[in-house]
Amino acid sequence: MSGTDVPLQPKKKGLTRRQKRSLSRGVQYVVFVAAVIAFAVAADWDRLKNQFAQGSIAREMFPDVITLALKNTVLYTVSGFVVGLVLGMVIALMRLSSVGPYRWLAGIYIEIFRGLPALLIFIFIGVAVPLAFPGTEIPGGTYGKVALALGLVAAAYMAETIRAGIQAVPKGQMEAARSLGFSPARAMISIIVPQAFRIILPPLTNELVLLFKDSSLVLFLGVTLEERELSKFGRDLASQTANSTPILVAGLCYLLITIPLGFVVRRMEAKAQEAVK
Amino acid sequence: MSTTAEIQVRDLHKSFGDNEVLRGIDLEIRQGEVVCVIGPSGSGKSTLLRCVNLLEEPTKGQVFVGGAELTDPDVDIDAVRRRIGMVFQQFNLFPHLTVTENLTLPQRRVLRRGKEAAAKVAAENLARVGLSEKAGAYPASLSGGQQQRVAIARALAMGPQVMLFDEPTSALDPELVGDVLAVMRMLANEGMTMMVVTHEMTFAREVADRVVFMDGGVIVEDGTPDQVIGNPRHERTRHFLSRLLDPAMADVEEGVQDQVGKSD
Repeated sequence: MSGTDVPLQPKKKGLTRRQKRSLSRGVQYVVFVAAVIAFAVAADWDRLKNQFAQGSIAREMFPDVITLALKNTVLYTVSGFVVGLVLGMVIALMRLSSVGPYRWLAGIYIEIFRGLPALLIFIFIGVAVPLAFPGTEIPGGTYGKVALALGLVAAAYMAETIRAGIQAVPKGQMEAARSLGFSPARAMISIIVPQAFRIILPPLTNELVLLFKDSSLVLFLGVTLEERELSKFGRDLASQTANSTPILVAGLCYLLITIPLGFVVRRMEAKAQEAVK
Repeated sequence: MSTTAEIQVRDLHKSFGDNEVLRGIDLEIRQGEVVCVIGPSGSGKSTLLRCVNLLEEPTKGQVFVGGAELTDPDVDIDAVRRRIGMVFQQFNLFPHLTVTENLTLPQRRVLRRGKEAAAKVAAENLARVGLSEKAGAYPASLSGGQQQRVAIARALAMGPQVMLFDEPTSALDPELVGDVLAVMRMLANEGMTMMVVTHEMTFAREVADRVVFMDGGVIVEDGTPDQVIGNPRHERTRHFLSRLLDPAMADVEEGVQDQVGKSD
């Protein structure tokens, strides 16, 4: 009975829904283009160019911005990611364990490190650890400290991502593996985790991109000239030259990594989809 | 046929919370015997099968396979499961591996077979189920019937003494059922010990040595196919079979009507 009083044919007067939709979209385009033009006209391009795009200053940044700053950024990020991935994997498996204390420990870890700003973790690693264990050095100097600090933060996020990925693998996969004689650990490693990683590839990349940006926090550990990464490098040069061009160049360098990364991941995702579909 | 009991189930009980699914099952399957377990949905037949390789933990009772007690808390369950092949309703192939890798990975990781040996066994078993040409394909590109045959080959590649089938054709389109049943028939003729939970009455009638009818968590009737399907003694068995045979009433379980229609 319901719905019979709704006329199926459009009424003659007024616009149909389809016409309304295209009209609404047309208005959106016009507003968007008008806004862009308004900003472009209103902005003082000469002053912006002076402050942010001084060719000579930008040229002087090379090759150090790549060979030193970008290299360090990548190094900090990748080492933090690796530490985070390994630790996150362990915590995820603890979280899924049938042993109560493992689950609780993992839960507490995740709540603490996900809840604290990365900045505080860096300060903690830089100040509290040397105080608590006088005389001990975190191996690898600044690099080790960064890997540890970034890793500790990343592990909390990645553990939750990995756990979700493992739980997204159908239950029948574990049953099939167990019935073939796999032990629980072996089934997890050989069958479940590889499938989980295909599922969580996009969120893991997201984590990598976030780490790229968090690697700028290294300046709170106090770094030597040789250990500077993109943000610190850009800021130092910006204050030396009293010009913001180095900031812009440093920013472009971040994009130089993150944009191709996104592209690669979309390719990998498509490939994984193809295999699973 | 040998008289050794390959599978032995004693006073098996299984509850899920307050729901008692199995209420005291005693069952023996001899070496080389093919036993079909039939019964209405919810009768506990799949749970019984899953208890035989301990995918479900029995609440009470004992299960022996090949002389080893699975219900012993100290048993090496992985070792016992290597003797038992299992085929699932939903195939459960590993989707991230090719057909060949589905067969070789378990051999290599569990049986520690070398690369060459595993590949050879895989090829032999793919040939047995008639799917040699799909060796390099991913499971997702196969039809349901082909996937189920690969799943059977994967179980066989481990060299099991017993094969368990959990409604192996229930998830298939009717026209694909025949290929899978043909492979199972071949196995039966080769003397494999098989326990099959199924709705395929034709298969049960022609291939099974024994048919077990379950209802309400107990075994109601246990005998030759002619006895249980042809001339059931119990009212509950008769009621179940008549529901399968009467298309007007058999609207609950898909595919069953079709099969029974063919058998008569």
